[in-house]
Amino acid sequence: MPLRNPSRRTVLVTASAAAAALAMPGGAFALTTDQARALIDKLVGEINAVIASGKSEGAMIKDFEKIFAKYADVNFIALSTLGPAGRGANKAVLGDYVTAFRGYLSRKYGKRFREFIGGTIEVTNAKPVKSYYEVSSVARLRGQAPFDVRWQVSDKSGRNLFFNLIIEGVNMLSAERTEIGAMLDKRGGDIAALARDLRSAG
Amino acid sequence: MWHMLKKPFLLSRRGPATGLVVAVLASLTACAKPQPGEEFNDPYEKQNRAIHEVNVTLDQAVFGGGDVPKKKYLPDPLAKGFSNAAYNLSMPSAVLNNLLQLNINGAAKDTLRFALNTTFGVGGLMDPADVIGLYAEDADFGETLHVWGAPEGAFVVLPIGGPTTERDLAGSIVDIFIDPLGQVFKGRDFVAVEGVRIAGQVGNRQEYSDLIDSILYESADSYAQMRLTYLQYRHNQLGIEEDVSDPYEEFYAAP
Repeated sequence: MPLRNPSRRTVLVTASAAAAALAMPGGAFALTTDQARALIDKLVGEINAVIASGKSEGAMIKDFEKIFAKYADVNFIALSTLGPAGRGANKAVLGDYVTAFRGYLSRKYGKRFREFIGGTIEVTNAKPVKSYYEVSSVARLRGQAPFDVRWQVSDKSGRNLFFNLIIEGVNMLSAERTEIGAMLDKRGGDIAALARDLRSAG
Repeated sequence: MWHMLKKPFLLSRRGPATGLVVAVLASLTACAKPQPGEEFNDPYEKQNRAIHEVNVTLDQAVFGGGDVPKKKYLPDPLAKGFSNAAYNLSMPSAVLNNLLQLNINGAAKDTLRFALNTTFGVGGLMDPADVIGLYAEDADFGETLHVWGAPEGAFVVLPIGGPTTERDLAGSIVDIFIDPLGQVFKGRDFVAVEGVRIAGQVGNRQEYSDLIDSILYESADSYAQMRLTYLQYRHNQLGIEEDVSDPYEEFYAAP
């Protein structure tokens, strides 16, 4: 029997959706392809605005740093690049490391975006991959053939953030894993010493 | 942006081809197999690292970097011009390799691009094809071997040439001999062609200075960083899907 009362139907649908959301832990605010795309659209919009701002290079790098800190899941990137070495480490030492890493990563990739000055980035596609979303974009720089930049996005941290950046196949997460691993080896596995040196690196 | 990592630097191009091509193809079946559990197929790591050290020392002596002040050999527009011209000279070879891969569309595009840039682009110094959106479809014999199903083999670092794989090295050697330019330009003309290619490499080194320096002089282990960058870039170019792990899932699944 069809429901005649649209308002009643709306109420029912809304109520059952809410119930379903409550019944699925972690699923309540599940990210969609559109939201992942919207996030990167917004991020790319901010990058493009900085590129077009005509500010000094130093000021632009500062702005890129801020954008990076705002949109990236730095906590995950920091701890994941540390790998097994982080397990069982002192919480305060780890916290200090994540803070130092945040500055290092923003400076390093803020500088990397300097190469984008005079160009634009355009989001072209988004699709779910395993438990996250991958948003594709094309960078068009002056005097260069366009190349692909992919962003891996998730909401598992509680916020919609990107946790990996892949420029022409070259993957930030694995590059930083290699880098942090080598730095840690050189310091005999001392995470506190690593954190200290990260403050002036990048 | 990573394309300067792709081709071994300085390989002279000379001599009869057929026997060598056959020998190279035959030797590929003896390519080193990856060790299970290893992240990279790099059985020659010790030798590779030694060669890499020498390469970095040479690079630093010639171009500067790290503690040594940077040296600039060409004004920026000229660096870009030589880089364009050298890239344009790689187009006939790209056309041939696209044909060998049955990529007719790519071959047609590169042919048109070569014609346009050689004429209106003043011998390839400028790149009007890019301006109208006619982008190159890069192809080399290493890629052709991949398309034909040859295994990648081990990671190799060449003196001066830098990072490559056994398959790409074989490809580069074959490319020397099958390059259509080698059939057209002989003797002194070919020396001029080589000169442009070398100037193009110098131009590239200069144009992508920040990027290359970040790998060679600003990383804790420049060898590991270069190997990772080269292989990931090359796999992306060849359309090899990287193993998609899901580090994120595990991280937040932990209690």
